[in-house]
Amino acid sequence: MIGVIQFPGSCDERDAVAAAQRVGDARLVWHEETDLSGLDGVIVPGGFSYGDYLRAGAIARFSPAMEAVSRFAADGGAVLGICNGFQVLCEAGLLPGALLPNEGLRFICRQVELIAEDFSGPFGSDIAPGDRLSIPVKHMSGRYFAPDDQLNRLEADGLIAFRYAPGANPNGSVRDVAGVVNDAGNVLGLMPHPEHAVDPLTGSDDGLALFRALAAAQQPAPA
Amino acid sequence: MSTGVSESPHRELGLTDAEYARITELLGRDPNQVELAMFSLLWSEHCAYKHSRKLLGRLPTDGERVVMGPGENAGAVDVGNGHAVAFKVESHNHPSAVEPFQGAATGVGGILRDVFAIGARPIAVLDSLRFGELSSGRSRYLFEGAVAGIAHYGNSIGVPTVGGEVYFEPSYEHNCLVNAMCVGIAKTDEMIRSAAAGPGNLLVIMGASTGRDGIGGASVLASAELEAGDDSKRPTVQIGDPFEESKVLECCLELLERDLLVSLQDLGAAGLTSSAGEMASKGGVGLDIDVRRVPLREDDMEPFEVMVSESQERMLAVVEPSRLDEVVATCERWQTGAAAIGEITDTGRLRVLDDGVEVGDVPVNALVDECPLYDLEPQEPSGWMYGNDETLGERVALSAGRSADAGDPSAILRGLLGTPNIASKQWAFEQYDSVVGSRTARRPEAADAAVLMIPESDRAIAVAIDGNGRRVACDPYAGAVEAVLECAQNLACAGAEPLGLTNCLNFGNPEKPSVAWQLDRAVLGLADACVALRVPVVGGNVSLYNETEHGPIYPTPVVGMVGELPDPARVPGLAPGEGDRLVLVGPFSPSLAGSELAKQRGELDSGLPQPDIPPVSDALALVRELVRDGILSAAHDVSDGGLACALAEMAIAGGVGIDADLDPLVELRGGSGETCLFGEGPGGIVLAVSDADAKAVLGRAEAAGVEAVDVGVVSGERLEIAAAERDVSVAVADAERGWRALGDML
Repeated sequence: MIGVIQFPGSCDERDAVAAAQRVGDARLVWHEETDLSGLDGVIVPGGFSYGDYLRAGAIARFSPAMEAVSRFAADGGAVLGICNGFQVLCEAGLLPGALLPNEGLRFICRQVELIAEDFSGPFGSDIAPGDRLSIPVKHMSGRYFAPDDQLNRLEADGLIAFRYAPGANPNGSVRDVAGVVNDAGNVLGLMPHPEHAVDPLTGSDDGLALFRALAAAQQPAPA
Repeated sequence: MSTGVSESPHRELGLTDAEYARITELLGRDPNQVELAMFSLLWSEHCAYKHSRKLLGRLPTDGERVVMGPGENAGAVDVGNGHAVAFKVESHNHPSAVEPFQGAATGVGGILRDVFAIGARPIAVLDSLRFGELSSGRSRYLFEGAVAGIAHYGNSIGVPTVGGEVYFEPSYEHNCLVNAMCVGIAKTDEMIRSAAAGPGNLLVIMGASTGRDGIGGASVLASAELEAGDDSKRPTVQIGDPFEESKVLECCLELLERDLLVSLQDLGAAGLTSSAGEMASKGGVGLDIDVRRVPLREDDMEPFEVMVSESQERMLAVVEPSRLDEVVATCERWQTGAAAIGEITDTGRLRVLDDGVEVGDVPVNALVDECPLYDLEPQEPSGWMYGNDETLGERVALSAGRSADAGDPSAILRGLLGTPNIASKQWAFEQYDSVVGSRTARRPEAADAAVLMIPESDRAIAVAIDGNGRRVACDPYAGAVEAVLECAQNLACAGAEPLGLTNCLNFGNPEKPSVAWQLDRAVLGLADACVALRVPVVGGNVSLYNETEHGPIYPTPVVGMVGELPDPARVPGLAPGEGDRLVLVGPFSPSLAGSELAKQRGELDSGLPQPDIPPVSDALALVRELVRDGILSAAHDVSDGGLACALAEMAIAGGVGIDADLDPLVELRGGSGETCLFGEGPGGIVLAVSDADAKAVLGRAEAAGVEAVDVGVVSGERLEIAAAERDVSVAVADAERGWRALGDML
């Protein structure tokens, strides 16, 4: 069972549930829930949690559900953060780096090409390095940033999961980074929306690979 | 010495002396301050439709599929399997002219509330925008601000913006238009009306608290002409909070799913006064409201301020007393407000209390139903009443990067493709989330209409919004007919059969005879087209007084249409395939009158060819069938810039060249090659079909009695269009460069 956190102001949580249900079971998890036992994986979805007031993801990270997600991740559970979810995971310190306002200072919604990197952990199970995925982005603050030395380390350790294809970087992300994993590989965050790429009719089904990987994830064993 | 206090407070609030006398007569006394404030709003043009209500009666509203018609917060049509699609378009013109970001944002917020007020989950927004020419700094500011405002609200609340249109014309320089349309989906048995019922039941206000923002917006802004110095009216524009609305939306839908509400209404123009008054009027009941029980942002607000505040993100519900605790608990769970502020009575009066002390008491029907309605005094103007500027030479030179022959068809085509009216609107729609909700099967500019999947009833809908004000200015009747046809054509290209229509009538000051004439003729045109196409009007909005000391706007009826189709996988886009034949179907008879080219040449004048609707209707039926059979690779209607621009747009979409010969069309319709290239008019759709199927398409057109002309083939990398020796030859890459340059003009 995959759990999708629902914050006030979430937008894509029902879409994420529907996407996960194409390959397994999924349900919403209310932001006040703290018991994640029984979940095999967690999605922190896109949207504007708490209106993105203060700073994208800055308030949601303090919600009771996010404290539980931190424990879940520490126990080795698979966590996928999409867009606002990626921002929340960065704010929570579960992923390195930060998401800044887009270079153009405007919201941008566009189908983009991603290239998968060689990254470890459960999310890479269905994706080979060099795979190209067509997945939409839609965000106001999606410009990935980390200092050079940290980026060098991320690259050396194989923690960059996805980059925008050459020429497809929509927001000015440093080194074209579109998604990263944590050291253990069990937490993945990306700005593009795989839940909106699960049906060729709506543009592409290239995002299904991530949901298949999540559906195959094992329930964490609490330490 | 001026005291700043008017001798006649009612005049300051926009009421005439005769209207004030009528209020006195209805009450049997002079109204007090609270009552006068309430009357001034509900008797404003915006709320009472006093100059348009008589005309609106002409519009057909009945149809087999109509679930909810005009008079409710939004209209709705049946889409099968116990589900209905709700939709409505509304204007937020004057607030956007004063403050474009918040004006447009709250326009979206307002139309979303209209849709979830009837129990439908919003699934799409479309917008229709009008500004002055982009050469004007103010127009660029308004355009950029309005687009950002729409994006801010729609994106944040998680409703996709899937379509829209924007035109730039000098007549909108001082009075822009921002119309927003929302589409929602509901289980028919969970839909709710706004009529208050059940004396003893409670009136509950939900959502945001009430502040001083937007006081008098409906009467001050929406029901009078804009004047210089209107920046001082900025405090009458409301501030939007999409996060609050997102919570109220989810909360209301949960309350309805759990059947905890008797009725529901949003708070929009004229705030509590309008919402409560309309709920009571529809239910034939009275209401007692205690303003001290309304959650306030500032606790020193006067009773009249509470009653007329237009603070956003508020809803009003009627709740049985035994259900109040559950309702309040649900609102708390969603972290939004809820307070019982009054109760339903059987008195037929709207009583306003201030901590139990009566401060206002008026008969509901006097407030809501007794506003005098006015007859228009239409008079046809003697000629073209707007300006005319020659800009073609400049455009042509711009597109060529040097001075060029303004009569050369290739140069004209490149020039037209680069005009802001025809150029791609990618700059705008990429700022909108068009995919949230996982329903969007055709995104903006992927097809003539947006296509949304409705898995609830195993089908899809197509939605479009149209209204070329310049053509309506040339001929209000023909132009309004064309607006409906254009929408229906866009739907047909997606294989969709129209189910219903909503409209927003944006006009100047109806008290002026020429504007009254435009309004009268345009409504007649809308009515005739709707009757002929058998499309019921399920709701709409009227925005009058769109005029300044520089004159009225182009008369701009904006038409939004929803249609259904069985299989979204068969919807062709705009991109033809290499080797396809191109077939023009329909009675398209191009004319330069009112066209983009006539505008660029400074040759606009009164009059358009009179449309013959039945042959267009037959052509649309054929196109629908062909789309549904899945044999088309592309379908695109001929619109702004004529056939040459339509072909260019298809070539750009496909990244392929087109080799076309319009001589058969020139022969069929007469006129010049230039007219066939750039002339406009309804009833033309270009279909791309494989060489193998082309004969079958022509045969089926003949069998259906629909005119069809094979105009060319898809091949190469250039647009080569022959038209009675006025030949176009442009590389597709060059055409595309100009067409995509809108962002460079900002």
